[in-house]
Amino acid sequence: MTLSSKHIITMDDLTPDDITHILDTAESFAEISQRRIKKLPTLRGRTVVNLFLEPSTRTRTSFEIAAKRLSADGINFSASASATVKGESLRDTAATLAAMACDLVVIRHKYAGSPRMLMDVMDCSIVNGGDGMHQHPTQALLDLYTMRQRLGRLEGLTVGIVGDISHSRVAGSLIPALRMVGARPIVIAPATLLPARPDVLGAEVAYDLDEVLGELDVAYMLRIQMERADGMPFPSVREYARFYGMNSARLGRLPAKSIVMHPGPMNRGVEISQDVADSDRSLVLEQVESGVAVRMAIMYLLLGGADSGAAA
Amino acid sequence: MALLLKGGRVVDPAADLDIIADVIIRDGCIVEIGPDLTIPKGETVECAEKIILPGLVDVHTHLREPGREDEETIRTGTRAAAHGGFTAVCAMPNTEPVADEGAAIRFLVDRAERDGVVRVYPIGAITARQEGRALAEAGDMVSEGAVAFSDDGHGVQDAGMMRLAMDYIKRFGVPIVSHCEDAGLVGKGVVNEGVVSTRLGMAGWPAAGEEIMVARDIRLAELTGCRLHLAHLSTAGSVELVRVAKAKGIPVTCEVTPHHLFLTEDDIDLDYRTELKMNPPLRTAADAAALLAGLADGTVDCIATDHAPHAPHEKALEFELAPFGTTGLETALSLVVTELVSRRRATWGDVASWMCHNPRVALGLPPVSLAPGQVADITIVDPEARVDVTADWFESGSRNSAFMGRKLLGRATEVLVGGYFALRNGKVVA
Repeated sequence: MTLSSKHIITMDDLTPDDITHILDTAESFAEISQRRIKKLPTLRGRTVVNLFLEPSTRTRTSFEIAAKRLSADGINFSASASATVKGESLRDTAATLAAMACDLVVIRHKYAGSPRMLMDVMDCSIVNGGDGMHQHPTQALLDLYTMRQRLGRLEGLTVGIVGDISHSRVAGSLIPALRMVGARPIVIAPATLLPARPDVLGAEVAYDLDEVLGELDVAYMLRIQMERADGMPFPSVREYARFYGMNSARLGRLPAKSIVMHPGPMNRGVEISQDVADSDRSLVLEQVESGVAVRMAIMYLLLGGADSGAAA
Repeated sequence: MALLLKGGRVVDPAADLDIIADVIIRDGCIVEIGPDLTIPKGETVECAEKIILPGLVDVHTHLREPGREDEETIRTGTRAAAHGGFTAVCAMPNTEPVADEGAAIRFLVDRAERDGVVRVYPIGAITARQEGRALAEAGDMVSEGAVAFSDDGHGVQDAGMMRLAMDYIKRFGVPIVSHCEDAGLVGKGVVNEGVVSTRLGMAGWPAAGEEIMVARDIRLAELTGCRLHLAHLSTAGSVELVRVAKAKGIPVTCEVTPHHLFLTEDDIDLDYRTELKMNPPLRTAADAAALLAGLADGTVDCIATDHAPHAPHEKALEFELAPFGTTGLETALSLVVTELVSRRRATWGDVASWMCHNPRVALGLPPVSLAPGQVADITIVDPEARVDVTADWFESGSRNSAFMGRKLLGRATEVLVGGYFALRNGKVVA
């Protein structure tokens, strides 16, 4: 079974069945990472390009490791080394890559809609590794995977996404992803950090973290993206941390089995305190670990897995 | 030389005309309108089944010359205007360099004399280099032919500066054309703030960013008595502000564009088509409906295109990086016919009011009318002609049309400027 779309650009490309299929497949790949020899021959001879036009270490590394564990030839095409700094357009960069016949491109770019632009000039599968403030679907999928592993289910979970929602492509994908699996997303932030219409993404809104703390199965903390903000969106970091930071006092008021997540990189002392970040209720490192398995599953399913490998 | 327009439906609310009649033109002027006219010698243009309108004008055109001749020139821009049925355009001053002094206006007037296919009325900058800091030489520009002043593109941010400009400019009797955009509220906004900015993950351009400036400039027009024309209004709130201002007798007029009338933010989807990136942005269906209602009740005076040609390599960039604007001269009339006239939501008299008379009154341009003794600036429309909006359709130097791919009904087949053909049988002359 393959996925219903050749590309994963937004959560709209996937059905709920696709999501389940990706998470189930990821579960079987997770085991590979525990082996001494962490490699399958599945995608031997296939070429995966990581087109990273915005600085990224964790996501790029995660995709790179996923490709290597499936024996794909992974190529990194990053901003500092790429032609884009010479003034080449994204379309030309994509056309150049297309001419080199790759099978899958993962694109990370500062601007919304850029993965869609690649579709005009490339025939291969395209995976959105984060486009501007829009979406980051593989992050949402690895988050769902992490939640399912720890909490045993997704349906009916209440997930509070706390912080800089307006600039967050993670929230842009996680909110619809949660809705698709029957969970209940609540965005929690001052209005200065919210998009104009969180309801159209499917999220409830709360301004007061403490008011909803007791309902949360997951507290999903986001970093404040100062680099994208148009001026300071709150009076001070101290005040932000006081009202929206996850600290041990708030951790204590979460339901007993609830977990804390963060897509990284964390700003300790701002949205998450040192002790919470390092507590066993924090799944930050599990998320990173899940990332490799989920991205392996995505590559495997998009490239038709062993079937197309054998045909080639 | 005489010209006989034979058997067309002559429509002009200013002359109180809507009849099937013949029109005789001699020495650049209309000499007679009536049934069964003949001329001893000269040319006859068969106009059966066609609509004869007083010449249309676009009061909001970007001709890009000087500076971006790769996108448009006075030649290509006025060819596009003729092709779209216009006998005149008003050229916005945000060229490179900005038209902010008499010499720049003189350049445009002279160049239009040489290269122009239709009339060109220059609009000068309100402030030097459109920087919003110091008055440009308005008097000098009026002397050379400027018909209005505008910092179109971003507007005058400082209220004190705008008040100063209105106070200074009112003695010349020309209007200020205000681009209403509060930079602090709009920030890096590229699409309407709301559903689409949220769904597509891009910075929003809120309706309030326009409405606050509309309210400010109306209040300043009231304070100073300067004539104010509000460019490309896009929101229901703006229309309401103008409605109230007009009821109070404040000297304000306004325009809306075909793209704000006939497209909405919902047209911008996951394809991120940069042809749909405009400033102000496409708004909601409720806003578009309010603009149309405003036209219908006279709150909105006219339709103007905000014709904004852009180089293909720039429009091919990421949505957030691509420049704002769509071309409009060659689709405006066909859109109005298709969306409004053919669906009986507007009459041909409305078309003449919205695209000929009201815009000329708003900008104080010489009047045009279908009456004996008047200059023969005339647009002849085939209301049943089919238009495929493809790359081949355009005379403009650019192809960035938000309406590319549309199939439209109705087009200009002849355009007369001072009795001379600028468009004949649908082809631009010379």
